Amino acid sequence: MHSFFTLMAVYLTIIIFVPLYRVLTGPRLMDRMLGAGAIGTKTMVLILLIGYMFDRIDMFIDITLAYAVLNFIGVIAIAKYVERIARKKK
Amino acid sequence: MSILQILAIFLIFAGAFFISVGSIGLIRLPDFYSRCHATGKADTLGLLLVISGFIFYEGIISLHSAKLLIILIFVGLTSPTATHALARAAFSFGIKPRFVDRETKSKKEKKGRTK
Repeated sequence: MHSFFTLMAVYLTIIIFVPLYRVLTGPRLMDRMLGAGAIGTKTMVLILLIGYMFDRIDMFIDITLAYAVLNFIGVIAIAKYVERIARKKK
Repeated sequence: MSILQILAIFLIFAGAFFISVGSIGLIRLPDFYSRCHATGKADTLGLLLVISGFIFYEGIISLHSAKLLIILIFVGLTSPTATHALARAAFSFGIKPRFVDRETKSKKEKKGRTK
């Protein structure tokens, strides 16, 4: 089981570079935000896997919960900011 | 290797599959709004599967699986909401959906009014 979690963690690290490509080349701000949101959700799984690799799971579960809240608030903050700019532009 | 662990391994594999499908969708889909499908749905499903895999690996009745259940419910609610907020902000920001069906498009051009 231990090596299985390590294998999955390595696989997820490779997968994280795909939204990173979207963040770097995204034509507009909002595509970059989607990429950042996608990286956020993948990092949550990565943190849980790392927690299982270090066998100190109860600490890492709390970190994942905090990260889920932070990721959500970050995306909502950017969305509200963009809406305020759109309203100012009109 | 109890049955729970085998089920956990299968769920984590399924979750990893959907996470990779979501990230490939993020690259391949042409338009911003179609990319919202990838992050809003495929990523969330992958995440829910992986976390339920961890719940089964922990044994269904334990403190860790209770916390994992909280994460599961929280992510299940907030991840699509966040993507929806982004899509709404993008639409009010003026990003036009690329594929407008011909029927409404021709009506607009006849009237010569650009929304």
